[in-house]
Amino acid sequence: MADGSETVISCRDVWKLFGNHPERYFASIPSGHNFDDIRNDGYIAAVRSASLEISRGEMLVIMGLSGSGKSTLVRCLSRLLEITAGEVIVEGNDLSALSEKELIELRRSKMGMVFQSFGLLPHRTVLNNVAFPLEMRGQDRIERRKRALEMIELVGLTGREDYYPRELSGGQQQRVGIARSLAIEPDIWFLDEPFSALDPLIRREMQDEFLRLQGILGKSIVFITHDFDEALRLADRIAIMKDGLIEQCDKPDQIVLNPATPYVAKFTEEIEKSRVVHVSHLVAEPSGDIAEMEPVSASATVRSLARRLISDASEELPVVDEQGAVIGVLKRQSALELLYGERS
Amino acid sequence: MISAEAVSDHSRPGRICQGQIIILIAIVLALGKFILPESLIRPPNWLVWPFADWINWLFDFIKDDLGFIFVTRAFAAGIEWLLDVTANLLYGRNRWPRLGPLPWTFIAITAAMIGYWLNGWKLALLSGGTFVWIAVMGQWKWAMETLSVIVVAAPIAVLAGLLCGIAAWRHRWVERALNPILNIAQSLPHFAYMIPVVVFIGVGPKSGAIVTIIFAAPPMIRMTLLGLKKVSSEIAESGMMSGANRWQLLWQVRVPSARTEILVGINQVIMQCLAMVVLASFIGMPGLGQKLLQLLQALKIGRSVEIGVSIVLIAIMLDQCSKAWVVKEPKHFEKGVPWHERHRLKLLWAGLSCLAFLAAEFLPLADQIKRTQALTVYKQIDTVVERFIILADPVTQWLRGFLIRNVLIPMRDVYLWLPFTAVLAFVAGIGWVIGSLRSALICLAFVGMIAMTGWWDRAVITTYMVSFAVLVVIAIGLPLGIWASRARARARLVLLICDTAQTFPSFIYLIPVVMLFGVNDVAAIGAVIVFGLVPMTRYTIEGLRSVPPEIDEAADMCGAAFRQKLWKVRFPLALPTIAVGLNQTVLFSLFMVIIAAFIGTQDLGQEMQRALSSTDVGKGLVLGLCVAFIGLLVDHLILTWSARRKVALGIS
Repeated sequence: MADGSETVISCRDVWKLFGNHPERYFASIPSGHNFDDIRNDGYIAAVRSASLEISRGEMLVIMGLSGSGKSTLVRCLSRLLEITAGEVIVEGNDLSALSEKELIELRRSKMGMVFQSFGLLPHRTVLNNVAFPLEMRGQDRIERRKRALEMIELVGLTGREDYYPRELSGGQQQRVGIARSLAIEPDIWFLDEPFSALDPLIRREMQDEFLRLQGILGKSIVFITHDFDEALRLADRIAIMKDGLIEQCDKPDQIVLNPATPYVAKFTEEIEKSRVVHVSHLVAEPSGDIAEMEPVSASATVRSLARRLISDASEELPVVDEQGAVIGVLKRQSALELLYGERS
Repeated sequence: MISAEAVSDHSRPGRICQGQIIILIAIVLALGKFILPESLIRPPNWLVWPFADWINWLFDFIKDDLGFIFVTRAFAAGIEWLLDVTANLLYGRNRWPRLGPLPWTFIAITAAMIGYWLNGWKLALLSGGTFVWIAVMGQWKWAMETLSVIVVAAPIAVLAGLLCGIAAWRHRWVERALNPILNIAQSLPHFAYMIPVVVFIGVGPKSGAIVTIIFAAPPMIRMTLLGLKKVSSEIAESGMMSGANRWQLLWQVRVPSARTEILVGINQVIMQCLAMVVLASFIGMPGLGQKLLQLLQALKIGRSVEIGVSIVLIAIMLDQCSKAWVVKEPKHFEKGVPWHERHRLKLLWAGLSCLAFLAAEFLPLADQIKRTQALTVYKQIDTVVERFIILADPVTQWLRGFLIRNVLIPMRDVYLWLPFTAVLAFVAGIGWVIGSLRSALICLAFVGMIAMTGWWDRAVITTYMVSFAVLVVIAIGLPLGIWASRARARARLVLLICDTAQTFPSFIYLIPVVMLFGVNDVAAIGAVIVFGLVPMTRYTIEGLRSVPPEIDEAADMCGAAFRQKLWKVRFPLALPTIAVGLNQTVLFSLFMVIIAAFIGTQDLGQEMQRALSSTDVGKGLVLGLCVAFIGLLVDHLILTWSARRKVALGIS
């Protein structure tokens, strides 16, 4: 999905400190001060020196445990919070330099956000909640209603337009939240732990729904979660945060295969790697003749090949890319090791 | 099991020891009174500052030199115009728009429909029934005089409170500035508000309305601020991300999301309005309150009971309706429900109203019920009361004599005998025990200021009446609360009674005590006790019932018997909550003592009545502040203790 060509959001060296005089403190902060040192000085370093780039159409998942600063970071990217230092560029605009009016204009035209506990307005019906952003930018009634009804249909809530939020289940409420965030046709879509408040079955269903929507819409997405499985399922790239620092930001395969820090390694330990790693990451030079054999796709996960790897005893399998051209081989031994661990 | 004693508090032993030393000094001062110089016994003249004169000077300056009186008069003229409109509609005063009076049947039907819309049949019956009772008993005009003021005052108070609350929420400094003002405002007795209003505006309905607005706004400010603070950050953020600007964010996102607290604030405003409107009879506000005042002073028990029932009914109706509004959630109609179904209630109301107006055209009785046509049961009530009094008289006579001779007068004399320095040292010591230096200084400041006003003796008499009443309240309320909390259904019933009783304007409580004891100190204290009993019982029940069930079960499994469980487990855990109840009891008692002044006491209240009749602002405010200081002192001590205790018990 990511074509890597155009950057939608880029943030460089972003800091967010909470405390009495964060700017003043930031200027005097000794280098090499870690999270705890800063806390001892009476400040919380929610985000430390974060640099990220999100390309058009890409889905970046920011993953971390609670308190790791992921929610703060996404609020810095949407300027719900003012950053302490660094810069955030959204669609070519320096976010901190925008006036209040320009910021509101940007939000009215380019940004949508979904919240963990939905953030629905309790006094408005589903229809009026979804139409709220349109109302804010002054669209007329008929148009607003038409667009809102489209959105409600898109998230599969047709027939519930006149319900109030409290009359809906959690999953349905979040569908309203999603519809609302999409009403203005944003280019950038922020999702702050959108499915964390839902129970596991509904969560799974909503993830599928979300992937379906993204298939249709192709937005640039920043998705926050504390659930590693969810991150692996959805992400083009994953950024893992701890104590305000981005520990690693990479494709899921890379994170699983080459964790950058011990913290990331600990996370990936329990993960079944074969479900994440694609064949393309294991491609090797062929050492024998492979012309006769049935090829495997580079974009398949190793897991999906497990049955064949066990029944087919040949040492190497040819790998083809999307166009069907052979790009190398998959060594049976390395694939089996990934599936079942190294022989002890 | 958590043992309440086991929790450590580092500063505790030292604090208690130092406090005890100060209390010891107080005792020495009291015992050594005979050798003390006069200036340590009663506040010497150099200590008494002429605050009243200063306040009078300040008010004169604001009123005359700054020309503020024109501002207030202009404001009052605006209020008067509104009052004229409601007065014309409700009881036909000859003012614009000259449409009224509306037929009583129409108002009763409207009230019943509102009740039905809010909470179904029962509330419809209550609201409609209240107005039917008032009409049938021939009190229509008085009740409408009272209501016409509430109808004007409550919305203005709500609006003012909402705006102040928003300002306080928006700007931290406004909140900081408002906080102490609100604290004092909520512990100033009703009369203290009336005197400045009389000075600036005069007497009559419009000053009644204005004093009501001023008195009722503070709780609205508090609730608005609380509500806005409680709006979840996600809802605010979702508004921001929807591209709302500040104005849209405030009025379309935050304020509607704070709906519950704001509606609770409106409920409080309405109840405060009613309490004040009834009391405003003291400054010439006509209506039910004035009638009640006159009838009580003339000892016409039957008639005052009739009026009392009306006031109580109005209070319960207003309270129930506004509370039902708090919990009323919007509901959607299924698709395809036809228009007349959606607007069924409105259509029904319109139809019934037309009927009422038609009936009023042809049937005068459906329009207005004159006094001569009204039902009345005052003679029957009087007979019943008389019989009862004949029966009860020996007991009440004896009780009155006994209390006055053997309890009240000795107690008062002891209080008055105490040197003021001993009292100062004593409260400082208590403050030290509870909250070390800070509390000691705060207590000292409050009592010191009372001494400096020169109303020491009066304040001591007020204190003695309140402390006697509170002791009796504890002796009755605590066991009552414990008894009630033993069974769920009983607890609910008693809580319901308490909640209902709490909505009555304090004036009402004077009817039964005047009936039993006549007009004297004992009656005043009786009223204070009845009034103060409500919060004490209520919070005892709530404290005991909110003990976490797992602790209760743990105690059971440790083999605690009922008494053991009550005294060793539940009571210590409930005590911080009960303390809050005690705090309210003290505040309620203070208010009631002051109100009861007009049935004859010699305390601050009596002086306040005098200040009211001579419109002496300075004196009135100084007296009001003395009462407020006593209240704030107790409030500070109890709340500090309760907060510490809650932290220590981990139940904050």
